Amino acid sequence: MKVINAVVCPCCGNLCDDNEVQVEDNKIVKVRTECAISSSKFLNYYKERNTKPLVRVDGQLKPTTLEDAIERVARMLVEAEYPLLYGWSLTSCEAQKKGVELAEEVGGVIDNTTTVCHGPSILGVQDLGDPTCTLGEVRARADLIIYWGCNPSSAHVRHMKRYSSLSKGRFRLPEQRKVVVVDVRKTPTARNANVFVQVKPNQDYELMTALKMLLQNEEIEEQEVAGVPIEQIEELAELMRGCEFGVLFYGLGLTMSEGREKNIDAALTLVRELNKWTKFAIMPMRGHYNVTGANQVLTWQTGYPYAVDFSRGYPRFEPGDTTAVDVLSRGYNDATLVVASDPVANFPKDAVKHLCSEPLAVIDPHISLTAFMADVVIPSAFIGIEEEGTAYRMDGVPLILKKVVEPPEGILSDVQILDLILKRVRELKRGR
Amino acid sequence: MVKFTLLTGRSLVQGVGKEAGKFSEKYIQEVSTCQIDPEDLKILNVKPGDYVRLTTEYGSVVLRVAASTLVHRGSVFVPYGPYANLLIGTKTRGTGMPSFKGIPVEVEPAPGESVPDIKELLVKIYGRGGVR
Repeated sequence: MKVINAVVCPCCGNLCDDNEVQVEDNKIVKVRTECAISSSKFLNYYKERNTKPLVRVDGQLKPTTLEDAIERVARMLVEAEYPLLYGWSLTSCEAQKKGVELAEEVGGVIDNTTTVCHGPSILGVQDLGDPTCTLGEVRARADLIIYWGCNPSSAHVRHMKRYSSLSKGRFRLPEQRKVVVVDVRKTPTARNANVFVQVKPNQDYELMTALKMLLQNEEIEEQEVAGVPIEQIEELAELMRGCEFGVLFYGLGLTMSEGREKNIDAALTLVRELNKWTKFAIMPMRGHYNVTGANQVLTWQTGYPYAVDFSRGYPRFEPGDTTAVDVLSRGYNDATLVVASDPVANFPKDAVKHLCSEPLAVIDPHISLTAFMADVVIPSAFIGIEEEGTAYRMDGVPLILKKVVEPPEGILSDVQILDLILKRVRELKRGR
Repeated sequence: MVKFTLLTGRSLVQGVGKEAGKFSEKYIQEVSTCQIDPEDLKILNVKPGDYVRLTTEYGSVVLRVAASTLVHRGSVFVPYGPYANLLIGTKTRGTGMPSFKGIPVEVEPAPGESVPDIKELLVKIYGRGGVR
């Protein structure tokens, strides 16, 4: 039996790197981790996996050869006027880089899951800048942790124990930290917080504005704002102003609600205001394990973090126009390649309807809901289990994901598959 | 029929379930169950395990109902997934992001109905799907 230490978990943006995996006969038999999601992935990843390239014949997916599947995907991309290349958050930076090359070659639009996740956060940061820090600094120094519109107990299970409220930092112990949760629901995270502030749905902007007013010593005449009594808002403002190192972690409660990027603008200006009084940082709780990497790679390759359109031969970024849900719901694209993502499980119905009405190819280790609907499916290796690769933690720290077992025979990595498609695309284009 | 605010979001069971597979019973069971405050269940005259129909301006779906004190009065929580998507619109207001939270929704008891099978539902709504 082989014991592998310091295995980085390929699940969420925490990228916890202290897991231990035990392997016997090329199978993971035991995982030492404190996270139910991580444990489920390492022990169940091979169940419901697909090991054969598939192509849809007479309405059903049937096995085919890898060469045939590559040929079909390459032809689909070359023949399309405006293909969408979507996903990219559950794969390595190396695959993302190859994806950008492919999108440029076929003159399509490449978007990643940021688009339905922290896209508005990026728009806010582009407006105002990002007073942030690393998770290591939070662990070492933060004495006030605010979780706003996020629920790490369910989505980033070890965030509190490893990086924030419950972590034993160099200069801070858990008992020296305070935790505030602002949410529309009393989430599992809220139940364990020192302070829970229940905000009305779609009114986060108002609450943040009230906090800023109080920090600027302005008077609020209302008895409550966003459903929160003014006394509680005053106490929160004092708590924030009085801490030594505060951090505001925010989630999709801000980006998916009314206001979207304006909510992020409000959060950023609140943190800016707090920095007149004390040290305060802000950080988005990134979901998929390498969605941050997708933004990094697209930015250093094209200048833009997501929704990059190559149809004019140069990169363009127009949120609301080149973003995947808009491209699909307006019927702009005439083919889609989905890599390491499952938009059928995550996009609104009318966007999925168009996705399924045009040629659709999927590269994924699983038969995902999207693969179930596809014309061509190419199985790939699991990054961080069967293939190594680079990923970025939510605070922008890159880590190397390890290969702990061999993939099934004939299963290639995303990079290898995309490379084969790209080569074939170039051959087809030259032959035109 | 009672008016609520729809909140979709991540749940731990949904997170664990999706790693086991999107067709796994654990995942499908979680994403086809909506959570409502016990007092609101009384108003709706339904009990946990019953079926309710959720309708927004974008679509309608029947889900199993569970009682949850984590969801506040007047709200209904549905984990992200293919069922919740049927209730979500595509307007992004120039950002790329649809509204997944804070959507007006009408909830009514659906006696005699049940949650549609995921594979049948996908084929019915999107017109294709299937692995032989």
